[in-house]
Amino acid sequence: MAVEPLIFDLASPGRRAIRMPEPDVPETALPAGMARESLAWPEVSEIDVIRHFTRLSQKNHAIDINFYPLGSCTMKYNPKVNEAVARYPGFAGIHPYQPEATVQGAMELMSELQAMLAEISGFHAVTLQPAAGAHGELTGVLIIRDFHADRGDTARNTILVPDSAHGTNPATAVMAGFKVETVPSNSRGNVDIKALRPMLGPHIAGLMITNPNTLGLWDEGIDEVIGLVHEAGGLVYNDGANFNAILGIARPGDLGIDVMHFNLHKTFSTPHGGGGPGSGPVGVRAGLEDYLPGPRVRTIAEDTGPRYEWFMPERSIGRLHSFHGNFGMHVRAYTYIRMHGAAGLRRVSEDAVLAANYLKSQLSDDYVVPYDRSCMHEFVASASRQKANGVKAVDIAKRLLDFGIHPPTTYFPLVVPECLMMEPTETESIETLDSFVVAMKQIARESAETPEIVRSAPHTTAFKRFDEAGANRRLNLRWEPEHSQVVPSESVIGEVERILEAVPAD
Amino acid sequence: MAAPTDRRYTRTHEWVLVEGDVATMGVTDHAQNELGDITYLELPDPGTEVEATKPLGVVESVKAASDVYSPVDGEIVERNDAILDSPEVVNSSPYEGAWLVKIRLANPAQVEDLMDADAYDVYEKESAV
Repeated sequence: MAVEPLIFDLASPGRRAIRMPEPDVPETALPAGMARESLAWPEVSEIDVIRHFTRLSQKNHAIDINFYPLGSCTMKYNPKVNEAVARYPGFAGIHPYQPEATVQGAMELMSELQAMLAEISGFHAVTLQPAAGAHGELTGVLIIRDFHADRGDTARNTILVPDSAHGTNPATAVMAGFKVETVPSNSRGNVDIKALRPMLGPHIAGLMITNPNTLGLWDEGIDEVIGLVHEAGGLVYNDGANFNAILGIARPGDLGIDVMHFNLHKTFSTPHGGGGPGSGPVGVRAGLEDYLPGPRVRTIAEDTGPRYEWFMPERSIGRLHSFHGNFGMHVRAYTYIRMHGAAGLRRVSEDAVLAANYLKSQLSDDYVVPYDRSCMHEFVASASRQKANGVKAVDIAKRLLDFGIHPPTTYFPLVVPECLMMEPTETESIETLDSFVVAMKQIARESAETPEIVRSAPHTTAFKRFDEAGANRRLNLRWEPEHSQVVPSESVIGEVERILEAVPAD
Repeated sequence: MAAPTDRRYTRTHEWVLVEGDVATMGVTDHAQNELGDITYLELPDPGTEVEATKPLGVVESVKAASDVYSPVDGEIVERNDAILDSPEVVNSSPYEGAWLVKIRLANPAQVEDLMDADAYDVYEKESAV
């Protein structure tokens, strides 16, 4: 596979894809200091652009190409009907500054999506504003902080996080100004209740749990964990990243969870990763809805039918995103939920759990599977047996690329050495699952008989192994073309600020 | 690599070498092996008080960021600044070049509770799955 040049290297002076029409209004000079002297710009034709990005897309792995069992990420197929609906002009062509009266349909969709997510999860109210899972976590933890602060309960400065939680959870708690203490898991992969008890007290603001957890296990002591945290005066946050396991089966709100985020880009089939922005709505139990970020949408009953309007909740933690979140994702998730219906969503989770358990049973002869329990929508295996032959989890991951399969998540969660975390999702056929099993069994065999093949993989990709340590040690996050003059002067920054200040706040 | 016999070891894979009332500490060969190529270290300033079994710094590799735990109570008296610029030494020389900090012992008897080299070698083998 050939190496694709940068688009700047394809450029030729004067070549272009678009020719602007002659202006039919008088030309006006830009404000002083805002006109750029030169701009490093790839001058290419339309066919150059199309071929360049088409070739790049073919080098990438995507759910539209093959199996993508990246644990914790729920890389399910994104149905094309979502895309068709998101492109309806009434959704794609509107602007958030339009008057309410002209975007009633979009507001109705948001209102209904909030209600549907609340019903699916057992929560009282939902905000659609956060733009990603970790953004939802921050929203939730800020709500927990303000809830305690409003009651004058300011000594609560610590958030507990089990070691089987998502890595973003402790980072979120620190971002919100809390101290973090880690709660260990027991030998069944549940929160260790014995360890939890002495950690609780009047300094605990809450506990952030990921249930099902990153081991793909339902916490068997969840009732007791929630009860103990509540008894100590703390709130319980559930990281809803693994919600795909329990749709239509269990509702976190009914379990006593106080706050939870949803990942629309996992559970509700909106694009994940480079395919689109994320969306991380947050649900809260009754009594916390006044803290949700705003503006929120609400329904006013009128003689002519319902009317929708924006409002700011009374004790709102404020804005977490410009306007109303990633609205295009709300349309896709809404479409997904309506296409499936209640029974269909339950079937999603049943099939996701069945697929994960099928893979787990098929691979348990060849790989160490550390927790001898049926799993939820994902499971962890360990390459510890292969490691005796010098083959690590990373080598198995690289070898899978030769089979055209995206590797599982590696080295997470940290509680399992040489971890391979696999999540097949409900959208894969038995034939796809079986072809993955065949590949994994072949890699296990190679690890025993010809380990060098695995250690030196991948063999079929444009690039082999990268110098990951070198890339981290000599980090360069901002490549610039030669002769780039993109740093604006002080006067330009001042001008932009003046223009922005003149824009009316909505 | 067998653990050097002149020092003591923690269950969290740090080593500690005592000279007088100062303990030099680093991470073990097993730890660097598990972490993979080290890319970044975060270590406390001299003068910082540290507490046994509590995080003292962070070691980051291509795989993960992990806490380094203090083996003893005491005060940081010296930090290996050279290693901050060349963290790869943790991989190539975990027991010699890659000492991380020196700690003035608040409670020298604590060191006796740590594992010796033989005990650590056994522990390390058992802790692998």
